[in-house]
Amino acid sequence: MYQWVSLVSLWAIPVMISFILVYGWQKKVPVYETFIEGAKGGLGTTIKILPHLIAMMVAITLFRESGALDLLLQILEPLLRALHIPKEIVPLALLRPLSGTGSLAIATDLIAQYGPDSLIGRLASTIQGSTDTTLYVLTVYFGAVGIRNGAYALKVGLWSDLAGIVFSVIVVYLIFG
Amino acid sequence: MLNLIWLFLIVSSIVVAAINGRMELINQAVFEGAKNGVTVCFGLFSVIAFWMGLMRIAEKAGLLQLLAKALTPIVGWIFPDVPKGHPAIGYILSNISANLLGLGNAATPMGLKAMEELQKLNPDKQAASPAMCTLLAINTASITLIPTTMIAIRMQYGSANSVEIVGTTLVSSFAATFFALLLDRWYRIRSRQLRK
Repeated sequence: MYQWVSLVSLWAIPVMISFILVYGWQKKVPVYETFIEGAKGGLGTTIKILPHLIAMMVAITLFRESGALDLLLQILEPLLRALHIPKEIVPLALLRPLSGTGSLAIATDLIAQYGPDSLIGRLASTIQGSTDTTLYVLTVYFGAVGIRNGAYALKVGLWSDLAGIVFSVIVVYLIFG
Repeated sequence: MLNLIWLFLIVSSIVVAAINGRMELINQAVFEGAKNGVTVCFGLFSVIAFWMGLMRIAEKAGLLQLLAKALTPIVGWIFPDVPKGHPAIGYILSNISANLLGLGNAATPMGLKAMEELQKLNPDKQAASPAMCTLLAINTASITLIPTTMIAIRMQYGSANSVEIVGTTLVSSFAATFFALLLDRWYRIRSRQLRK
């Protein structure tokens, strides 16, 4: 299992890059110009994230440095122990369904603090990468067509977020633990 | 919702710091946090730009349509309420394909088109139809092949192997999506029984 997953990890990106380039070239896409055109769009995306990152980084740094985080974790400890979720990951798990950029800031903070190759760093990367922002998706998709009553969609979204976090913990422990 | 969380994080921190008498840390943390935000953002730009450039090539080469074709058989099973050949199917397929490729910017417009088509089939225009709920379940637990942003951040902090989380992300997001679809199916059957 470990070998398989790490092999996929190692090869996924090189294979994808060469496949896309060769396939595009074969389809007569001007690969270089098209790349430049797409990459330009990256600047807009990055600028859009910047204010979110600053807002959340300040809030999280405050929350951690002030001791408020320790207080919250003490309250949640029995539940976390039951689910085997490391307490360092809690702020990320709480914010992941609510804000994509907010949770990205927390994941970055965890990686900066514990190192990208620590268990916490790997877990933060996997959690952040493996689910989407439920609240955002619901707001945009239902908002676009004027749905007021979302039926059970929110419940499904939030429960799957929790499932995604638990799955991430299990997979990361199995592979790296 | 986010407004409240942000407010709560900051105000509760200041209150706790006041109680503990650690106010000097607050002043430091504000500027340290803001500076970190900027540093991280500029580190991200490199990889986001590269990935978006590459994905534009994939889009223009028609890889999206190709993937959509490959996924067609699955969609009939996931969306039993949508008639075969309805335009909604095409948009749903493009949406799922774009998600798989990590093309968030392309996935959302496709998803919204799919929602419009599903709304035409919806008898109650104010309430979500089961097919809409399923589409949202797929999108909130989106399967990810390449978590580009996280790889970029790991690189920036000097990871020895920044892509080692591709496999774990794939397995975990696959499991979460499967779970979301099962849960969606269960709620759908239950809400139908409640109506009878």
